[in-house]
Amino acid sequence: MTDTYTRMVSKGLGRDVAKKLGLPQPALLRRHEPGQPLVNGPLLVVGSSAGADALAADLLAWDLDVRRHAVPREKLGGIVLVLDDLEKPGDLEEPVLRAAPSLRDLAPNGRVLTVSRVPDGGTPAAAAARQGVDGLLRSLAKELRAGATGNGILLADGVSATAPGALGALGFFLSARSAFVDGQFVRVGSSDGRLPDDVDTPLAGKVAVVTGAARGIGAAIARTLHRDGATVVAVDIPAAGDHLAEVANDVRGTALQLDISREDAGARIIDHAVGRHGRLDIVVHNAGITRDKLLVNMDHTRWSSVIDVNIAAQLRINDVLLASEHFRSSPRIVSVASTSGIAGNRGQTNYAASKGGVMGMVRATAPLLARHGGSINAVAPGFIETEMTARIPFATREIARRLNSLQQGGRPQDVAEAIAFLASDAAGGISGEVLRVCGQNMVGA
Amino acid sequence: MSIDGQSVNGPEAPAASRAASSAHAVRRAVVVGGNRIPFARTGGAYTKSSNQDMLTAALDGLIARFGLQDERIGEVAAGAVLKHSRDFNLTREAVLGSALSAETPAYDLQQACATGLETVLGLANKIKLGQIDSAIAGGVDSASDAPIAVSEGLREVLLDLSRAKTLPQRLQILARLRPKDLAPDAPNTGEPRTGLSMGEHQALTTAQWKITREAQDELAYNSHRNLAAAYDAGFFDDLLTPYRGLTRDSNLRADTSLDKLASLKPVFGRNLGSQATMTAGNSTPLTDGASTVLLASEEWADQHDLPKLATILDGVAAAVDFVHGKDGLLMAPAFAVPRLLARNGLTLDDIDYFEIHEAFAGTVLSTLAAWEDEEFGRTRLGLEGAFGKVDRSRLNVNGSSLAAGHPFAATGGRIVASLAKMLHEKGAPDGRPALGLISICAAGGQGVVALLEAQ
Repeated sequence: MTDTYTRMVSKGLGRDVAKKLGLPQPALLRRHEPGQPLVNGPLLVVGSSAGADALAADLLAWDLDVRRHAVPREKLGGIVLVLDDLEKPGDLEEPVLRAAPSLRDLAPNGRVLTVSRVPDGGTPAAAAARQGVDGLLRSLAKELRAGATGNGILLADGVSATAPGALGALGFFLSARSAFVDGQFVRVGSSDGRLPDDVDTPLAGKVAVVTGAARGIGAAIARTLHRDGATVVAVDIPAAGDHLAEVANDVRGTALQLDISREDAGARIIDHAVGRHGRLDIVVHNAGITRDKLLVNMDHTRWSSVIDVNIAAQLRINDVLLASEHFRSSPRIVSVASTSGIAGNRGQTNYAASKGGVMGMVRATAPLLARHGGSINAVAPGFIETEMTARIPFATREIARRLNSLQQGGRPQDVAEAIAFLASDAAGGISGEVLRVCGQNMVGA
Repeated sequence: MSIDGQSVNGPEAPAASRAASSAHAVRRAVVVGGNRIPFARTGGAYTKSSNQDMLTAALDGLIARFGLQDERIGEVAAGAVLKHSRDFNLTREAVLGSALSAETPAYDLQQACATGLETVLGLANKIKLGQIDSAIAGGVDSASDAPIAVSEGLREVLLDLSRAKTLPQRLQILARLRPKDLAPDAPNTGEPRTGLSMGEHQALTTAQWKITREAQDELAYNSHRNLAAAYDAGFFDDLLTPYRGLTRDSNLRADTSLDKLASLKPVFGRNLGSQATMTAGNSTPLTDGASTVLLASEEWADQHDLPKLATILDGVAAAVDFVHGKDGLLMAPAFAVPRLLARNGLTLDDIDYFEIHEAFAGTVLSTLAAWEDEEFGRTRLGLEGAFGKVDRSRLNVNGSSLAAGHPFAATGGRIVASLAKMLHEKGAPDGRPALGLISICAAGGQGVVALLEAQ
């Protein structure tokens, strides 16, 4: 799955040549395997707030090697900057500059995390300081090398740094599950959620439906949810049934051949999940199509089929889920959006409109699910190495794949990991969010 | 009672209520569901697929649909009509290649075109008797990947050669070879005892019952139209898993018309002159494909949270003496169905869906004609008059073999799964569960028929 260039420049002669010529040097990213340690070394927690102390204590309880002060030349697995009590921009300097020298000691695939507050509240000075973290983190992420990433957790006012959602997000960002997530923030809006009993099977006992599961990212989602303990119902159009059966058999789940754009799709999904597996906890809207054409040449069929499958079908299914008594126990919906829907993409007006639509839908649906302790979020993949992107012409593909902070394309598994996290109990406090899995793509923020 | 032993009422079963039949003295065997791959015309999408490949694919689709991975199924039975000698354990090999538990036993069965239905009946009986709780019945055939044998002369030479000990002995044996011995021996559908192909046999029957070309073309037309409509309605979404790029049966011609069918030249019975009515359009083509059906006791289905579509009530096998020309080669169901219905206390009017396998349009129509014939009813079935009339609006309503194709052993599974789904959807319209009848004719003058009831 790692592209040839990345393999070539990651060791030996290739590495030396690339370095001399100033060519991109993408790192081999560490990916999650059950049982592996959360981080690649000790964790430095910087910050003097009560939140920082509480967080450090909780991380210690996870059996992590936690440092409150840097030990010179000790390789670090990660640095957590707790900035949850900023009053004014001047408050940034002390913790940030105290952490700065330790960046040199960050191990390959290390993690830098900020924990701060959402910028929409507080005094003008506090808002300035909070928003400042955004620019700081995104720039810092671009400075990191060797597979290291930087991401941020934004706490709503009243949510502590040790809320389940905050700890859950912290665990996700620190772990190899977030390999291709870089320069991103996730908001923790409430203290809902629950940390898993067993970190290797956070979805144990859950029944999850994955649409578009026959291949590519959908198949990876099915496999990842199964690995994390869920029983998976793999859904795809009848014409993709052979690949779907393969995935369903691999994950010891069931295959449901169903066109999600059918009027009765929502009811059939619920009937199957509840009838065969007794419950329904998680729905992942992954199914999507592209019918690319410059807008000037766009026709009705191309436009309407993309809108119908990519967003209208999700809205219809969500209506049925929201009305169902079977989707009331901390339900989770995760939708696959796209960076095309954020930054735009030439030739994809229809697709970008549908994916932009997914993000709007997620935001507006979050309050509706909240009353049942539920959440809905979207994951927006950037350049992911799939059968689909393998068909992009070489030069275009090569540019698309290098234009991010990690200088490589992501894997379907990377998208799946983000979805598995948002589908977990730990992510209960996170809703209405869009999490990008793009290696901090230079395009579109 | 009739004079020739083909009577409806066997000595053991006076016409009685179904409640008194053996089917109800034991527990029920239900159809949970089925899966098949689309059927492909020979030389098409599955040219390079073996029977084992196709049967494994059909099994894996069934396993995925019902979550049977690692499940130890009571028994799997399937078969193929055209079979390589290496496939002596075809079904067990397919099970080992599937996602089922490797501890699932399996056996092969062969009864020509009735193979698939006979696997269903045999396994259902084991379930009814409590010998097993779950079973998968199936069938597969490939006319593309058909076995080709060496000639009898070459075979004898090769076997003698393997037993020879010295070079002179070997040379002596090889000298026996004649050029004609090198010609391969391909399988054919000819009847060994008459030398006639199945089509030629049916052509005689079709002419005997005076079945018109128009009636045959209309039946073929309806088959295509009904099958196409069923696909469009999504009927096969949970009955079929695509394979090798095919998502529908490749023989299906949704756009065929009566005019198009009328334009085809007769291919069977051409020596009958103006009575030659059987064309490639109203006969089934050689086809590749596989089908499977999941059967279970009600308890097993409930324990596994699986649906119960229909009950396998009863089945009858019959045979006719076609060798001496007493009856047409494919007419055995004309005798089997009256026996089946009589011993269950039913008439044709009680049946909600008829699934009469369309080996040829002429086969279906000859059977219906025989049932409507007073003389046949009296002299051959031992009844007071005609056996009865099939309501044509209940016949093969989602298409049958003329449109779908007919991979010999796979047809039974296709029909059982489809009929079970139709019956389940129909439910109990007048307070009594809907009934479905399956009739399949087979080479050798045989026929197997079965009765299913909606769950």
